[in-house]
Amino acid sequence: MRLINRVPDRPLSVFLLALPFVAICVAYAIGSDIRLTANPSDKLLPAPETIWNTAMRLISEPDRRSETILFWRDTWSSLYRLLFGVAISATISLIVGMAIGLLPFMRSFMSTFVAVLSMVPPLALLPILFIVFGLGEVSKIVLIVVGITPFMTRDIAQRVLDIPTEQLVKAQTLGASTWVIASRVALPQVLPRLISNVRLSLGSAWLFLIAAEAVASNVGLGYRIFLVRRYLAMDVILTYVIWITILAFILDWLLKNVSKYAFPWMEEGL
Amino acid sequence: MSFVTVRDVWQSYGGRPILERVNVDIEEGEFISIVGASGCGKSTFLRMLLAQELPSRGAIQIEGGDPAKEPGIERGVVFQKYSVFPHLTVRQNLLAAEGFCTPLGFLPRKARKSANMRSQNTLDRIGLSHVADQYPASLSGGMQQRLAIGQALMATPRVLLLDEPFGALDPGTRLQMHDFLMELRAETGMTIFMVSHDLEEAFKLGDRVLVFDKPRWDPHDPGLYGATITYDFDARTGGIPYQNILNDYPGLMAAE
Ligand SMILES: Nc1ncnc2c1ncn2[C@@H]1O[C@H](COP(=O)(O)OP(=O)(O)OP(=O)(O)O)[C@@H](O)[C@H]1O
Ligand SMILES: [Mg+2]
Repeated sequence: MRLINRVPDRPLSVFLLALPFVAICVAYAIGSDIRLTANPSDKLLPAPETIWNTAMRLISEPDRRSETILFWRDTWSSLYRLLFGVAISATISLIVGMAIGLLPFMRSFMSTFVAVLSMVPPLALLPILFIVFGLGEVSKIVLIVVGITPFMTRDIAQRVLDIPTEQLVKAQTLGASTWVIASRVALPQVLPRLISNVRLSLGSAWLFLIAAEAVASNVGLGYRIFLVRRYLAMDVILTYVIWITILAFILDWLLKNVSKYAFPWMEEGL
Repeated sequence: MSFVTVRDVWQSYGGRPILERVNVDIEEGEFISIVGASGCGKSTFLRMLLAQELPSRGAIQIEGGDPAKEPGIERGVVFQKYSVFPHLTVRQNLLAAEGFCTPLGFLPRKARKSANMRSQNTLDRIGLSHVADQYPASLSGGMQQRLAIGQALMATPRVLLLDEPFGALDPGTRLQMHDFLMELRAETGMTIFMVSHDLEEAFKLGDRVLVFDKPRWDPHDPGLYGATITYDFDARTGGIPYQNILNDYPGLMAAE
């Protein structure tokens, strides 16, 4: 039987799914054990139970000076920046992208501009953003917006252009105005794409957020990681990295399910 | 004064003529079949009738009015595919025909009840009541085309344009669709243009059969001249047996 036609059965696919995770954990445990037997005060690969204990301490014990649990404060301020930035990007890209896709005038006016914008490396703009918007929340959110909006806009515009002309003509023969075509024909067909765009862009958004927090901040997941780096606190860094991964995974999963339930017509068909 | 007047219409893409000097007069309520070899410009002619694109020369008028500049409510259309909205259920697709012409695209509450009744009526007519709440992607090709025709009719156009509407259907379904279309036509008295590759179908349904072909032919550069209406058969009186057309235009055979 050809390899492309061989499908693992259920238990095997669960096993395969778990395999890389288990492999990583085992490899780490072995590596850390080897280093710790050689030198008990080694900080590079802390033992798994050290990480676990650190994680428990981080999520439950308040900081002595500020009386708050820093872990949760970092989480909330990072999530706030991330979601705020992504929401703004999604809104801008939806409006501008639909306008570019539907209106020839907007296409002439904006599409090359957006294409050029998307070539600007966002991280190179970071110093400018700090100078213009200060070191507060605004510059971090703006970095996320600047970083992911051009790509999302181009994709939405392309998706609108991909709607068969037949549908747009059909709507016109039913008497639809430009507004009705935009809101009742294009928008519903573009929304699923917007969600998948957001899913794709979240990775970049995290990147920009952590970069901005690392450079200038006093709270946030990225800030904390770069702060404790000075003390070589690998257990804290690893806890935060795992936590960011979990957050990213949950966001992605939520968006996937929103898409599934909100757009049932996407799933049907052959 | 005829109902649809096509006067000296030319169309070319990038300097290459596709149609040239097309002239024809259509009476209200006539069923016009359009046949011709593949790529000779039948769909292009239909798009111009629809005002989806404008002729590079000449004019198409309805009842002597100004030539239309964009598609509008007086001309309905059914394409070979992509004619229905994939994100709306069958019922919503029919209701769109009523809702889309309002300023915001939604029917006001008061109008909803009567619109629901009309759409239920159409659903029964096109035999899709049992799938009213499904999305088009889950329907067969014949059902989708019935929906597309029903949707076009809900908007009560004066001219209906059909571009190979039954091209993808099996012979049985095709016959059903013929009956359905003829019933609707008898009821509404619409003027219908239908492009078809099936000569039998063209002569069975049409009052007139227009044949598009190139009257001039340059063997060194086949793209030099455009096509035009070379024959205008009267199909009501039995017309000329279509076997003769096949002899005159062997290209049609290839198109079938
Ligand atoms: N938008 C366009 N731009 C450039 N060329 C075009 C365009 N639309 C059609 N053509 C060309 O015009 C010619 C006629 O096309 P048209 O679709 O009208 O043919 P048709 O008679 O409908 O053919 P078929 O029977 O295969 O549907 C073709 O050669 C096609 O390549
Ligand atoms: Mg065609």
